[in-house]
Amino acid sequence: MSDPRPGMNSPAVEVEDVHYAYGDRKALADVTFTVPRGEILGFLGPNGGGKTTLFKILSTLMPPTGGRVRVFGHDLADAPFAVRPHLGVVFQDPSLDPKLTVMENLVHHGHLYGLSGQTLRSRARALLERLGLADRVRDLVETLSGGLRRRTELAKVLVHRPELLMMDEPSAGLDPGARQDFTRYLRQLRQQENVTILLTTHLIDEAEQCDRVGILHQGRMVAMGEPDALKGGVGGDVITIDARNPGELQGRIRERFGCEVVLVDDTLRVERPKGHEFVREVVEAFPGEVKSATFGRPTLEDVFIRLAGRRLWSRDA
Amino acid sequence: MRNQALVRMGLPVMTLWWREMVRFVRQRSRLVGAFVQPVLFWILLGAGLSPSFRPPGMPEGTDYVEYFYPGIIALILLFTAIFATISVVEDRREGFLQAVLVAPVSRSAIVLGQALGGTTLALVQGGLFLVLAPAAGIRLTVLSALGAIGVMFLVAFGLTSLGLVIAWWIDSTQGFHAIMNLILLPIWFLSGAFFPASGLPAWLRWVMKLNPLTYGVAALRHCLYLGRPALVGQIPPLFSSVVLSAVFGLLAFVGAMAVARRSTS
Repeated sequence: MSDPRPGMNSPAVEVEDVHYAYGDRKALADVTFTVPRGEILGFLGPNGGGKTTLFKILSTLMPPTGGRVRVFGHDLADAPFAVRPHLGVVFQDPSLDPKLTVMENLVHHGHLYGLSGQTLRSRARALLERLGLADRVRDLVETLSGGLRRRTELAKVLVHRPELLMMDEPSAGLDPGARQDFTRYLRQLRQQENVTILLTTHLIDEAEQCDRVGILHQGRMVAMGEPDALKGGVGGDVITIDARNPGELQGRIRERFGCEVVLVDDTLRVERPKGHEFVREVVEAFPGEVKSATFGRPTLEDVFIRLAGRRLWSRDA
Repeated sequence: MRNQALVRMGLPVMTLWWREMVRFVRQRSRLVGAFVQPVLFWILLGAGLSPSFRPPGMPEGTDYVEYFYPGIIALILLFTAIFATISVVEDRREGFLQAVLVAPVSRSAIVLGQALGGTTLALVQGGLFLVLAPAAGIRLTVLSALGAIGVMFLVAFGLTSLGLVIAWWIDSTQGFHAIMNLILLPIWFLSGAFFPASGLPAWLRWVMKLNPLTYGVAALRHCLYLGRPALVGQIPPLFSSVVLSAVFGLLAFVGAMAVARRSTS
């Protein structure tokens, strides 16, 4: 098969100044980034942050209202049909037909990508075996558990050997064990076949597993980088203080220690090196005021709070 | 080159069509809804209305059960089209269709697969119902049965395509039920399926004249009574009925493709 890509060396995805507006409401603004081949990139952000809109644009479901997207060098707006054969998309809602068997779903999918006959069947069988579904091949999808359905879904989009895999909240509804298996399989896929993987997530630990993470907030890509680099931007440890009277204590800590104190969801947050010493100092300085205090290495959630001034999952939301 | 494009279109159309067949066989309730229900209507309404209801313009030598028979065929085709439409609305909502939309398949191929799927199911059920023609007092010949099946194809394709226009337009099943009661069922009521046009007020006769299904039902009557034109009553002639049904099917299909192309999910 000839290689239809204009440049073998073009990056997997190039997003240039992409905007999207639903009427007057801006869902995405000034989004620009590049994804090299073979990378696993996660988009982290709260619901309504723009993840789903970006996902719909990248998966060719809808064109952006401004800016350009190139996948393997092809402009999405000009040549969606040059891109689609190389794309594997896992949507948040399952796209399996529950009334068809596992194999029938895979065969149906293969037909849509121009595959047929023995090639298609043996490829489907090999994938199902690899994903541990060999004994469920003839079962109707409606009889499978959530975890097995998710694996079938993955097998389905891999049938046509996509080079770019896109997944919207891939681990939604999976228990922690199944989630680990899933992540391990994705890494394997990247290693063995150099598949580029984009995924959206609202789970901190899932984002930590990615090579790079892009943080979306109110339609903007507010940060992008390796998880460690992003966390390195946070100053030292993160100290969280649950106080009897948080508003008042915020001012008093600021005054006493001369450091930035942020109030998020009724909890005080301070970034400082040597968190354990700071916790002791605060408790001693304001006896009876502190209900509880913890400190730890920063997580991606702390990065998000620093950028957005709120938690990823707000209690009110 | 041209051949290759055809293959590329053929495989997706075939697989979408095949999926409709498999789903139908595995969902018994659809068979009950689209076939048993109209047959029940025929038996109950036919038997109930026959003694008292004799609309003007009904041909001599026929009773209401017989008059109603082609109308029930149209109802079977309509119900199957409605079920095919609901299945598309559900596909769009539940995500199955999203995966099809990001595949390298044109919207025209998707709509064609859906339309042919719905049409085939309607044809199978309508054809099955032809077996009951003698019970209505209609003697079928091979030629009239073949003619009726040909007309059924045109009508089913038109109704399914009309359903697809709606299915790609709206995005909830509730919305669909409203449209079904407001548009699809009246189309059937006012097609000559339930009562003939003769003797009706002028405005209602005009509505029936503008109703595309009127010509489908008329063509069906002509075919069922092939060689016995006295029994069809006062309805539009065969040739123009067939042509208008075909034109309607084509327009509805083009409309469905246009609506599907604009849709993003």
